[in-house]
Amino acid sequence: MPATHSASAPHESTATPGTLRRAVVVGGNRIPFARTGGAYTKSSNQDMLTAALDGLIARFGLQEERIGEVAAGAVLKHSRDFNLTREAVLGSALSAETPAYDLQQACATGLETVLGLANKIKLGQIDSAIAGGVDSASDAPIAVSEGLREILLDLNRAKSLPERLKVLSRMRPKDLAPDAPNTGEPRTGLSMGEHQALTTAQWKISREAQDEIAFNSHHNLAAAYERGFFDDLVTPYRGLSRDSNLRPDTSMEKLATLKPVFGKSLGAEATMTAGNSTPLTDGASTVLLGTEEWADSRGLPKLAVVVDGEAAAVDFVHGKDGLLMAPAFAVPRLLARNGLSFEDIDFFEIHEAFAGTVLSTLAAWEDEEFGRIRLGLDGALGKIDRAKLNVNGSSLAAGHPFAATGGRIVASLAKMLHENGPVDGRPARGLISICAAGGQGVVAILEAFSAPEGR
Amino acid sequence: MTDKYTQFVSHGIGKDLAKRLGLPQPAVLRRYKAGEPLVPGPVLVLGSGDGRTAGSDELAGALAGWGLDVRRSALPKEKLGAIILVLDAVEHPEELAGPVLTAAPSLRDLAPGARVVTISRTPASAASPAVAAGRQGVDGLLRSLAKELRAGATANGILLGDGAGTTSPSTLGALRFFLSGRSAFVDGQFLTVTSGTGQLPADADKPLAGKVAVVTGAARGIGAAIARTLHRDGARLVVVDIPAAGDHLAEVANEVHGTALQLDITAEDAGKRIINQAVERHGALDIVIHNAGITRDKLLANMDEGRWNSVIGVNIASQLRINEALLGSDQLRKTPRIVSVASTSGIAGNRGQTNYAASKGGVIGMVRATAPLLAEGGGSINAVAPGFIETDMTARIPFATREVARRLNSLQQGGLPGDVAEAIAFLASDAAGGITGEVLRVCGQNLVGA
Repeated sequence: MPATHSASAPHESTATPGTLRRAVVVGGNRIPFARTGGAYTKSSNQDMLTAALDGLIARFGLQEERIGEVAAGAVLKHSRDFNLTREAVLGSALSAETPAYDLQQACATGLETVLGLANKIKLGQIDSAIAGGVDSASDAPIAVSEGLREILLDLNRAKSLPERLKVLSRMRPKDLAPDAPNTGEPRTGLSMGEHQALTTAQWKISREAQDEIAFNSHHNLAAAYERGFFDDLVTPYRGLSRDSNLRPDTSMEKLATLKPVFGKSLGAEATMTAGNSTPLTDGASTVLLGTEEWADSRGLPKLAVVVDGEAAAVDFVHGKDGLLMAPAFAVPRLLARNGLSFEDIDFFEIHEAFAGTVLSTLAAWEDEEFGRIRLGLDGALGKIDRAKLNVNGSSLAAGHPFAATGGRIVASLAKMLHENGPVDGRPARGLISICAAGGQGVVAILEAFSAPEGR
Repeated sequence: MTDKYTQFVSHGIGKDLAKRLGLPQPAVLRRYKAGEPLVPGPVLVLGSGDGRTAGSDELAGALAGWGLDVRRSALPKEKLGAIILVLDAVEHPEELAGPVLTAAPSLRDLAPGARVVTISRTPASAASPAVAAGRQGVDGLLRSLAKELRAGATANGILLGDGAGTTSPSTLGALRFFLSGRSAFVDGQFLTVTSGTGQLPADADKPLAGKVAVVTGAARGIGAAIARTLHRDGARLVVVDIPAAGDHLAEVANEVHGTALQLDITAEDAGKRIINQAVERHGALDIVIHNAGITRDKLLANMDEGRWNSVIGVNIASQLRINEALLGSDQLRKTPRIVSVASTSGIAGNRGQTNYAASKGGVIGMVRATAPLLAEGGGSINAVAPGFIETDMTARIPFATREVARRLNSLQQGGLPGDVAEAIAFLASDAAGGITGEVLRVCGQNLVGA
């Protein structure tokens, strides 16, 4: 088995021009997600991404391997981390000859790295890839104020001592206040939670329905850990072997006692609590992708195939749609392109930014008027079978380190599809839906791997 | 790392002080490094009778073939690297006198880290009381001599069964192991070669080339050392540990270029999952090292069900279940090798460790009973029983107790995880193919447990 490949060795593509190859999900690895200010307080994005990579390398024996390309990103990113992914690769056990690039698309970052790299594999540009994402709200970048930044830059340009003193004399005490990051939307000034509170109210989503989503998330995730589902998906880090946000013993009663934290201006209609909203979280995830041949030549598993993906965006600035409603538009377009309906989907992985987001999206799909007017359909897009929704838990329980969520979902879904086996003689199919800041959303379809006909 | 006391008394003022005060003076042991000579000087080979028996002549020829400086008689004042007493032809205790007394003066001329090895026949198959007495006499002789040697020198014995001779592959394999730095912490022990099967490696520095091995409990301590040693010897590895130890396990996997398998070995399907990972990822399975083990110490009077059951479950029940899967599988390559980690506690007993000692005694029983089952396919199974080894676990023993425990052996120091790993790597190699159902102690000839 070749352990190393020379950087100059020509890349032997198995692609025939004009035909697409299949991009296979081999597996994944993530570190447990930790609530911000917890176990990973002292860990940087680079530390966590490197740890997630090293766990993946160990699981699949990729030491000194030259991978086609690695793509990952972070939402909260220090300016020094301009080459975050490449630096993580250099610190990992992969071959130093593995190229890497950073990508940033808010909370859709992780899923977009999977889609971008899968496309490269399908086109025959690369045979293997690692997609990923990381975020730390604990080790978040803090910038100097805009005033101080201008002064420092002018100071750098000043040529003489009198000029420098003149520049420095502009400094005022308020300039010394640091500029901490926040999740507020630059164009509206509203936080993501406040935006969702408006959407949640607009779709008349009840408090109880939201708490039920949260309850299921915790219980499904806990059960998955108990039966060892995550044994080959998660590698412990810094003393944590499970997601620290997970509350296996939470109950509807406990969730009902929590006070609303978003949409308080709505008064009695405020429904969004700390229990049905995701907390700030630190963590990292990775997904190993490759062609069938690449996986076979290394004796690696072939769990699922990346079928297709779609991005959408909404005009939330003028209030036309809710900030996190883009997937409501992306999913019907993706299904239509692939000739599929909800009945053809066996697993729905809808990222739980807030329980309200999941329920607002489902409500839009079930709404006749939304289907006709906004989606241009004959009626409602349809109703999903709730028994197929986030069956092994999602972000409300696991936490949501922004860019790491896509990798978490893709790796877990690929394993679920593989374990499920065929449905009615066809491979099991899963739909991923992730909303993102800026009114964006990225969605994707994965299918259980099955050997092509005639083999 | 050798312990601080050993370092202190090994040179300069510390050495002087220890000598004057009559303190123990443990030596820095000679440990294996690739490229270093097998022994630190010429090798004296003595047979019984007049010193030249057929067995000793054949053996001397084989050793000369390894490029060793073989002597049939000692030159006065010359430092010797090893003395090999070939006693396979001994038929009466009186016949021991010749070789033993010839070798005696040379004991003063042993180089530091030298070796004394006896090769004799097992008393069990002796045809007469006199023959049995002669053969059993070697046992007492060797164990006493081991206690007399100083400066890191050790004495160990090879026992030949009816199917083995002085130049059988595993006799030479065991001899090479005892002579080399790989056996640094093995002292006063015997290994029985039962058959002429086994094969010496093409490259003595890569005896496990082409083999696929699984090591359980590999995240840290002795398990991690086993993984490193097997990797150094050429094996490809699946390293296994519980999911909660996954981060340390990943580090080990990446260091030894293997694959990590996060698995609770007490799981019902553990054997199947181990076989699958080895075969699917590495194309085969040749070697399984049962190293994973836990301690839950309590006096039996205070023992609870949880402590007792978890120790039995992890340390022996899991091994039985995994072995059953291995024996029932058609995916094992021919000449499979299994090595289990036992413990001197399982032989001699240890206060507060009834559960642990029961489990480790169980390992020994399991190994002996499994040997015939594997023999048909040319496979082998053995156990290694570590004594006091410097690990995170023993580092938690209170200082005074630890200091006493680590000095209570002929080498007056604790062993290193790598010492246990060396013995395991040897027993996992084809050179040890003629050795099966054995328990090899890596304890520096601990005074506890004979």
